[in-house]
Amino acid sequence: MRPETSPSALDQNERELRQLHLNTEIISVINDAGISLRDVTKRYGKKAVVDAINLVIEPGEFMTFLGPSGSGKTTTLNMIAGFVSATEGLLHIYGKPVAKLPAHKRDIGMVFQNYALFPHKTVAENIAYPLDRRKIAKAEQKTMIAGALDMVRMGEFGDRYPAELSGGQQQRVALARALVYKPRVLLMDEPLGALDKKLREWLQKEIKRIHREVGSTFVYVTHDQEEALSLSDRIAVFNNGRIEQVGSPAELYQRPETLFVGRFLGESTVLSGSLVNTVGGTSTLDVSGHAIRVPGEKNSTSLAILIRPENITLCAEGTESESSDVNTLPVTVLDANYLGSAWRCEVQLPDGSTGTVREAHSAGVREPGTRAVMRWNVDSGVLLEDTGEEGVSLT
Amino acid sequence: MTLKRALGALAVLIVLWLLLPTLVIIPMSFNSAASFNFPPKGFSLQWYENFFTDPSWLRALGSSLQVALVTMVVATSLGIMAAIGLSKVKFRGKALLESYFLTPLIVPGIVIAIGLYSLFLRFNLLGTLPGFVLAHTVVALPLVIINVTASLQGVDPRLEQASATLGAGRLRTFFSITLPLIMPGVTAGALFAFVTSFDEIILSLFIQSPQLQTLPVKIYNSVTQASDPTVAAVAVIAMLTSVLVMLTAQFATRKRKRVSA
Repeated sequence: MRPETSPSALDQNERELRQLHLNTEIISVINDAGISLRDVTKRYGKKAVVDAINLVIEPGEFMTFLGPSGSGKTTTLNMIAGFVSATEGLLHIYGKPVAKLPAHKRDIGMVFQNYALFPHKTVAENIAYPLDRRKIAKAEQKTMIAGALDMVRMGEFGDRYPAELSGGQQQRVALARALVYKPRVLLMDEPLGALDKKLREWLQKEIKRIHREVGSTFVYVTHDQEEALSLSDRIAVFNNGRIEQVGSPAELYQRPETLFVGRFLGESTVLSGSLVNTVGGTSTLDVSGHAIRVPGEKNSTSLAILIRPENITLCAEGTESESSDVNTLPVTVLDANYLGSAWRCEVQLPDGSTGTVREAHSAGVREPGTRAVMRWNVDSGVLLEDTGEEGVSLT
Repeated sequence: MTLKRALGALAVLIVLWLLLPTLVIIPMSFNSAASFNFPPKGFSLQWYENFFTDPSWLRALGSSLQVALVTMVVATSLGIMAAIGLSKVKFRGKALLESYFLTPLIVPGIVIAIGLYSLFLRFNLLGTLPGFVLAHTVVALPLVIINVTASLQGVDPRLEQASATLGAGRLRTFFSITLPLIMPGVTAGALFAFVTSFDEIILSLFIQSPQLQTLPVKIYNSVTQASDPTVAAVAVIAMLTSVLVMLTAQFATRKRKRVSA
């Protein structure tokens, strides 16, 4: 089922890698990775849709490629699958170079957004298809098919045709078909994109459970940041053909390294300012005439501070803080919505842009038009370079 | 209301006009007199008897079936490959190539016939089975391409990608996934190819030799040279064959529509 690369073949891989003047450390990273991409580039004409990407996906990891459409995430997935060939770079799956290997020899599973079940075959025949290709005896196939259908809780549907199933059921069959031969890598291209919200949330849980059960390396492409946050071990955020940041959902949310990542994941309030000074690891910025303190330092003239809405409280006017641990900024309330668990307020910042505040217990300052003060701990701000990029919202 | 009635009457007239020349041959074939005069006098099966006992007529029928079957196989195989090739590639001038494949439908048959005649004369293909098949494939191929292309448009390209990730090479994917899904179009195209060859007269007249004549050629020769009323019976038999094949094609096409719906 899982043909191990023979030792001599591995030696040959290593020889080939050495010839590329890669040092032994990098070679061992490539060999130990589930999937390794080194300087992988895809150009159409002169335009690089994927631009020198470096990424190591650990064996058994749930990695999500997150980004807006056209960011290169799907092209990268298609290169791993073998549908698109890389213009440059090294692509390894479990230490095996696959750049020149056709898709059907890569021993991967793939789930598509539109399910891609074979309409002329029943559910059981669909799942038998990869087993037939692997010349597995019919008797053994039967138990494997039953096992795969049970795993996706579709045991009763083996004799149905895909057209007789709902979208969610079809996608579960597609998952069973892609996993029945226990591939070491499962690729998923926006698998829940065509389903409604409730079904999507339920299938997310199912996919997570199945990932724990089978232990394969999952690579999941989505433009839905909530989906990415709730599913992934790690997320690679794509933008303009490059990876902006790779990290756990919490890292990306709490410590974004670029303004794009901070804005793309979750809600945020962004203050633009210029550097006044940096003392003892804390920078002070001039934000529309107000001195705002933030941990860290950056060598750039145009800077920004990103604050998550749950770290901000709104207070009545005249409660400006004198403490060096707390920042305050005068704002005007624009709108307030009660969400049940919290109040979500939109405020107008001194420079005219909009900020977001989320409070479990509102201090009562929420009448639109009210002048108020926004307070947050210096530590909860994140100092970023202001790339002038507008927020991308795709929810 | 009167306009509606007038239009209805017009429609009936047009239908009769389209059908009569075809239908008139049926009573003629049972004529007991040895003439083409309409209406026929008396009833007789002598022309059918004549057809089934005359070896030259049976030979012509045999040749026609042989040519049509081989043409069907050749045109269908080539047509499937051409249609798949055209559906896969993207390049400038693709539309031009597509219309190039369909030119035999537009270019007058007589032009193709004269061109083929001079070529076949040069390569000694006149009056041969390969000659007939080559000529008929020229006009049958576009029909296969049209039908298969229409079927291919209903096939999701992701299915072939899915098949590849599941471990199937290109050939396996074609026979297990693509071909079954385009089968209605392939069937329709094949039957159209058969009928086109079976009914073909213009090219065949140029290629024929006394040794190898297809049924339409033999009918034409009989009418123009001998005025033999057997042709009425032959025409009915040829018509029934074509109608049967076309009905099958219709059925295949309808099935395809239901699947894609």
